[in-house]
Amino acid sequence: MKTDTVISVRNLDLFYGTFHALKAVPMDVLGRHITALIGPSGCGKSTLLRALNRMNDLIQGVRVTGTILLEGQDIYAPGTDVCELRKRVGMVFQRPNPFPLSIYENVAFGLRVAGVSDRQRVEEIVERSLAAVALWDPLKDKLDHSALILPLDQQQRLCIARVLAVEPEVILMDEPCSALDPIATARIEELMLDLKADYTIVIVTHNMQQAARISDYSGYMLLGEMIEFTETAGIFTSPKDKRTQDYVSGRYG
Amino acid sequence: MERHFDENLQALKYHLMKMSAIAEVMISDAIKAAVERNESVIPPVFQREEQVNQMQIEIDETCLTLIALHQPAAGDLRFILGAAKANAELERLADEAVNIVQRSEHLLKDPPLKPFEIIPEMAVIARGMVRDSLHAFVNRNVDLAREVLLRDDRVDDLKDAITAELTAYMTSDSSTVSRALDLLLIARYLERIGDHATNIAEIAIFVAEGRDVRHHANKLPEE
Repeated sequence: MKTDTVISVRNLDLFYGTFHALKAVPMDVLGRHITALIGPSGCGKSTLLRALNRMNDLIQGVRVTGTILLEGQDIYAPGTDVCELRKRVGMVFQRPNPFPLSIYENVAFGLRVAGVSDRQRVEEIVERSLAAVALWDPLKDKLDHSALILPLDQQQRLCIARVLAVEPEVILMDEPCSALDPIATARIEELMLDLKADYTIVIVTHNMQQAARISDYSGYMLLGEMIEFTETAGIFTSPKDKRTQDYVSGRYG
Repeated sequence: MERHFDENLQALKYHLMKMSAIAEVMISDAIKAAVERNESVIPPVFQREEQVNQMQIEIDETCLTLIALHQPAAGDLRFILGAAKANAELERLADEAVNIVQRSEHLLKDPPLKPFEIIPEMAVIARGMVRDSLHAFVNRNVDLAREVLLRDDRVDDLKDAITAELTAYMTSDSSTVSRALDLLLIARYLERIGDHATNIAEIAIFVAEGRDVRHHANKLPEE
């Protein structure tokens, strides 16, 4: 395990009932880098992503073997505080899902759940989080407005701000731009490149060009296996596995 | 919208300009060796050649990676493709500077044949063409690129003049042949440097306007 590895996945197997969804998957996620998971539908990339903060626990009949270490600690060890895990490893979903609350309350929500009651502190964190996603200036005079009336890319940025407010170490993003148009997508991608300075990001995308544009490392998955995991530049210029080559050059399918 | 990708493009421009600057110094030093009979400038030319070769490899790799990862379009695509081509021209013209130095080493074994006039003038023009063609490329300055194309005629004329002059020497006195041939070759290398700079200027027009003006195709009446 490299010293700057934040998440280390070893020999991960996951079953949905009898369906073998992840097969002996290995992966090292480097801190303050963007790691992308790519591959055709059903390859297991979202399953792997959800395993990193145990969101799969919410699905009935899931069984996991193998290890996932976050900063050296096994997240599946008995007694793990799963809420704390999901604070440290936050998630942004495909469809923006702001709460039916004001913009301010959306960002403050996680802080309130975590028991932060000092009003000034909450205000500071809300401002900082919205600024980090370039929403403070456009929205600072509308913080009491409902989050649901925002355009989609602002809703998605609000969801990212919501994650940032609880000061995660890792941000997981499951196809974060799928519901957005190309310009909104470009803005979110630029945001991710900015956020990389302070956070570790793992993104699942079915858009391999997106993975090429923004990620440092990419993992190509197929039928539950990690076929090739390496620097993104290598995957897109000279992949080692023929299956990777076929996928990135559009010959697959 | 400012893009992180723009930083990559700026870095590529910077590296090309640096490579060009090194090549220009190589040309000056190579001519100094011949004209001023200054052997001390020779070893640095070879060191700079190593640098230029290394930069060529790095710039090509950068261009490959940028295309693979960013799917550039339109002007960005033309720029990156143009950068890979300009890169090759710069490396070759640096090689010509090395050829000049190697000829100079041979030339300096004998006393001077005649006062230098034409070769220094060719060198000044060629060096300026290298500088300005790269400048035109990086800044998408079509007027400057066209002006560089015109300067090549002057270089060719000077080469014809020195060829005529040295031919006269050789035919009247066979003891001058070795030195005259060295000087002819130096003039030939300078002419080739001008040709490579011309190629970069044509690439600059392609990048700026999307017109491929090589081999007189697509040229406007004023070109």
